Order: sequence, then C-alpha cells, then structure tokens
Amino acid sequence: MSETRFTDQHEWVRLEGDTATVGITKYAAEALGDVVFVELPQKGRKVGAGAEAAVVESVKAASEVYSPVGGEVSEANAALEAAPGGVNDDPEGAGWFFKLKDVAAGDFAKLMTAAAYAEFVKGL
Amino acid sequence: MDTPASLTSVSLRRTPLYALHLELGGKMVPFAGYEMPVQYPAGILKEHLHTRDKAGLFDVSHMGQAFLGGDTAALEKVTPADVTGLKEGMQRYGLLLTHQGTIKDDFMFSRLAGEAPLYLVVNAGTKQGDFDYIGAELKSSASLTPRFDRALLALQGPAAAAVLERLSPGISNLIFMQVTRATVAGAPAIVSRTGYTGEDGFEISLEGADAERVARALLGEAEVMPIGLGARDSLRLEAGLCLYGHDMDETVDPVEANLVWAIGKRRKSEGGFAGADTVLDKLLNGVAKKRVGILPEGRAPAREGTEIAVSGTIVGKVTSGGFGPSLNGPLAMGYVQSEFAGEGTRLELMVRGKALPAVVAPMPFVPHRYRRK
Repeated sequence: MSETRFTDQHEWVRLEGDTATVGITKYAAEALGDVVFVELPQKGRKVGAGAEAAVVESVKAASEVYSPVGGEVSEANAALEAAPGGVNDDPEGAGWFFKLKDVAAGDFAKLMTAAAYAEFVKGL
Repeated sequence: MDTPASLTSVSLRRTPLYALHLELGGKMVPFAGYEMPVQYPAGILKEHLHTRDKAGLFDVSHMGQAFLGGDTAALEKVTPADVTGLKEGMQRYGLLLTHQGTIKDDFMFSRLAGEAPLYLVVNAGTKQGDFDYIGAELKSSASLTPRFDRALLALQGPAAAAVLERLSPGISNLIFMQVTRATVAGAPAIVSRTGYTGEDGFEISLEGADAERVARALLGEAEVMPIGLGARDSLRLEAGLCLYGHDMDETVDPVEANLVWAIGKRRKSEGGFAGADTVLDKLLNGVAKKRVGILPEGRAPAREGTEIAVSGTIVGKVTSGGFGPSLNGPLAMGYVQSEFAGEGTRLELMVRGKALPAVVAPMPFVPHRYRRK
C-alpha cells in the first residue's frame, strides 16, 4: 500500500510504511529541460521537511530539490549520477532522487494529493 | 525545487517570426526586450547537437541592424577595429568602446561591394544605446540609419552551405567573413558567411515581410531544425565566444577581455579611438585580470557568478558557465587575476559552498569549423 503526494515546489514523495521515495514531478522535469547533472544526498544524512536535499541542473539552470518530508537518507539513485537524463525519461518512476527512512507521518499528511497537485499545476 | 521566473508584465517586442515560433512549439521567454524562443520541443541538447551535426536555423532578428552612410571612416572614433582597411565584400568584428576604453558592445560591420554605406549588426539589448552613442560621437559627419524592421536569420552547421545553395545558387562560394547581397528563396537579402556557434554557416538579413517565408523554406530542407536561445548559448560558449553583458561589459577593456585581436594593427600604432590611451597603455603594461576558459574536472557545472579561488583565496568570477553538449561536460569562462590566467593553472570553483577543482583551458572548447577558403 503506497500513496504519492506532492509539494508546491514540484517534488513528489511516495510513502510505503515509514520509507519514502522522493523525486521531481513531470511538470518540473519539463520546465527544467534536459537534465545534465544531479547532486544527491549521502546515505545516513538526516534531512528535515522542506530542507535542501539535492540539486538538479539542466543545460539552462540549477535548481535545489527540497525534501518534502523529514527522515534519514537510506539510498540515493546512483543511476542518475551516471545518466542524469533519466530524470527526463521517467521523472515520477525510475528517475527518483533519494529514499528516506524513519519518515514522520505528520509531514506527509500536510502535502498535496495527486488531484490537488494537478489543480495547482493547472493554475500556474 | 525552484520554479522558473514567470514572464514580467513589461511589454515585450516580437520579431517577424513570432507566429512561426509559436507554431513550431517554441517556449517563449523574455530576452533583451523581446519574446524569444529559448527552445523548441526537441530541447536544448538535441538542438545543440543537431546544429553541430547538420544545420540549425536561429532567429536573431532582435539584434540591431543599421546602415552607416557619409564619412564611414569616422566609425574609427568609437572602435579600435580597422574600418578603412576593410575590403569590399568583407565583414569584420569590432568592439564599441567607451571613452574609458571599456567595452560598450561588440558588433559586426560589413562593406558591401559597390556600396558606400557600411552595414552594422549590434547586440539586441544594447542596440538603442549603441546607435545613440555612435550617432552622438560621429556627429554630422556620418548618418546612421537603424533598421529595426529588418529580420536576421542564422543558418549554422556543417550542412548549412549545401542547404543555402539550394535556395540561393552560388552562395556557397562565399568564404568565412565574406558578405554579399543575394536572393534567397526569391527574397532580396544580405548574406554573410558568419555566425556565433563555431560552425560553418551564414547570417541572412531580410526585409521583415520576407522573413517568415524564407525561414519556412529553410526549415523545409531535411537537414534544418529550428534552434532556440538555449542552444545558441551553449554553442557559443563551447566556441569560446563572449556574450555581451556577461563575459564583457563596460567594466572591462579589450585587453582584460582577451580580445586584443579585435584591435587593428594600424590602430595599435595610431590610436585615435575612444579610450585609446587606456587601452594602448594596458596593451603595453599588462592588466590585473584576464578572461580565460575554465574546465571543471567533475560533472557539476559552475554557473555565472561562481567565485573562483586559488588555495582558498578568491581570484576571480565565472561570467558564463554551464554544460557543453558536444563537449559532454561542464565548461565555463570567467575573469581571474592575470597571474592565474596561464593555461593549466589549477583553480577552485566555489559551487554550493564546496571547492570544485578546475583548470584554465584553451578556447575554443570545441574546435571552430569555419570555411576559410
């Protein structure tokens, strides 16, 4: 059983038990354009909700990726470091950035549902 | 993550190709007072690589075109380029200097065969100021006629000559920096074998009303893809070419900007241009900082504004930086204290609080492929 929620900074987070997977949305990947570099957090690093956790750079510009929820980094998507274009190919799947454990459920509940995020993007 | 800045409410100008950009799916952004396509659906990476592989079509109609009539030699008052020595049918690169010897703009000037006026092209964001300055400095001796109504297309890449030859038979006889009047797809044009990508190619000046038809004819050729400002920037950076307002501006002079080659040989001995005393003194006695090419050693790009350090001490700043699709890695240019400007000097780029190793590298980063003969 998993659920995916979204931030107004265009991150998504999928929660399975107390483990979360974080990435950037399709909307964000398209806005950025071709991704050429990602900087991912070290395993074991503790991040707070809304804290800067990763960097994504396209040919055009660099952007920070904020962790939608607090937790401890359990894994970073090493495949992206070798092939950053994976973010564009499948932003909300294989193009995930990092996983967190010991996630605070309260952080997750505050985020937008898929339907709410779709509405939010429509209004941009 | 951060969202891109939204369009401002300032009213923006449009080039004659605006409707075509929209039709082609161009992502329009404000640039130098114009609404311009930063990319098309193919994206910056593909557009960049396609230009180096085949041919790309760029709308550069936002740039400032003008004709300078009367005493054209008076242009030498504001540029250290050799104007009077420019032969018919040739184009030349020039720097427009302030009276302090700093760079007000860079521009191209052409002497068309059998025509007295010079044809000028200056940068988009500076065009009104440039033309006001040239007009004021040259006073009544010369007359400047801006032609903001004209369009300018650039066709760049190894297939550019074969493509343009189909629409303008004989045009591929031009060599690098030659310029001529010609007919392109039935439209009267000024065509030069020039560009700002490091590739072979042409710039085509047209009446605004003819621009869309000629652009469509070029895009109708199998090798040609429309290219936005994003790839234009990565192409010119790989080619080691300066972007005005970033890699040079009114705070630097031609010696600091490493553009001494743009000072004519005769002008070095004679002077007589705005800021000549300062510039010639710096030529002789050296400068405190210099523009250099920089190759980061990792994969992380260092963007404009990144501080450059040596052994922890700040020695300069990146003025253009990003990712080079043909280089397949990050690249930058910037200014460093002259003692650290030598090729191979090891630098640190301060990116997000970390010192990333980099080295001073020769430019261009990707070899130029101009057709010189």
